[in-house]
Amino acid sequence: MVHFTSEEKSIISALWGKVNVEETGGETLGRLLTVYPWTQRFFDSFGNMSSPSAIMGNPKVKAHGKKVLTSFGEAIKNLDNLKGTFAKLSELHCDKLHVDPENFRLLGNVLVIVLATHFGKEFTPEVQAAWQKLVSGVAIALAHKYH
Amino acid sequence: MSLTKTERAIITSIWDKMSVQADAIGTETLERLFSSYLQTKTYFPHFNLHPGSPQLHAHGSKVVAALGDAVKNIDNMQVALTKLSDLHAYVLHVDPVNFKFLSHCLLVTLATHFPADFTADVHAAWDKFMSIVSSILTKKYR
Repeated sequence: MVHFTSEEKSIISALWGKVNVEETGGETLGRLLTVYPWTQRFFDSFGNMSSPSAIMGNPKVKAHGKKVLTSFGEAIKNLDNLKGTFAKLSELHCDKLHVDPENFRLLGNVLVIVLATHFGKEFTPEVQAAWQKLVSGVAIALAHKYH
Repeated sequence: MSLTKTERAIITSIWDKMSVQADAIGTETLERLFSSYLQTKTYFPHFNLHPGSPQLHAHGSKVVAALGDAVKNIDNMQVALTKLSDLHAYVLHVDPVNFKFLSHCLLVTLATHFPADFTADVHAAWDKFMSIVSSILTKKYR
């Protein structure tokens, strides 16, 4: 289980407070689908994803990205119980969506990069380290109910 | 996996921008690597890895200079990286998983230094480039 120090919790919350969830969510999912095109396999119904600009501008991508990142927000409120927080979503991703957990790792790293572009120098190695721990914890929690 | 013409142009253009601060970028990449992926420090027991360490700086420069070689020889990276490929296979034995961590930390560093330039297609091109470099460096492992 991932354990966060109180310093790491502060770092995470402080940055999260400044994040535009809608914008960042859309950008994160869009970049996942662009950089790792095989991830598009889960989103056949999303329409035009034929180029980076098509993907980044796709309204379904943006909407779903917002959904995904909103869920991340829940994680941040419950850093000491990521597994409990994501139990239902974990079952959903395994039983209904059939998502390879490797995709959670990829998405987490893309989120870190998006945060880096938004926060620049503020996204120090220390801040990155706390967020890497978070995205790793979320990925593990989401894979927890797989069977 | 090979780079398209467009991807090569993107990579070269970003390289031109970053080469001015190449050393700083290399050093920061390693700082990020050692902060987020503590296990990578096991390859450097002989180094002082604290921020500001001259060894960290020297090694960061080395790493980024090698990437520069790869960029300058982007049409024939295999040849340009052949010595490093031998080094990693026969001497260093760096577990392949670590190339992904280093690549990620380089991309994060580029994203913080060039936020406006690091668009989705630039991100994709550089991710692919680093993936190709990594596979060349591990090509002779077994």
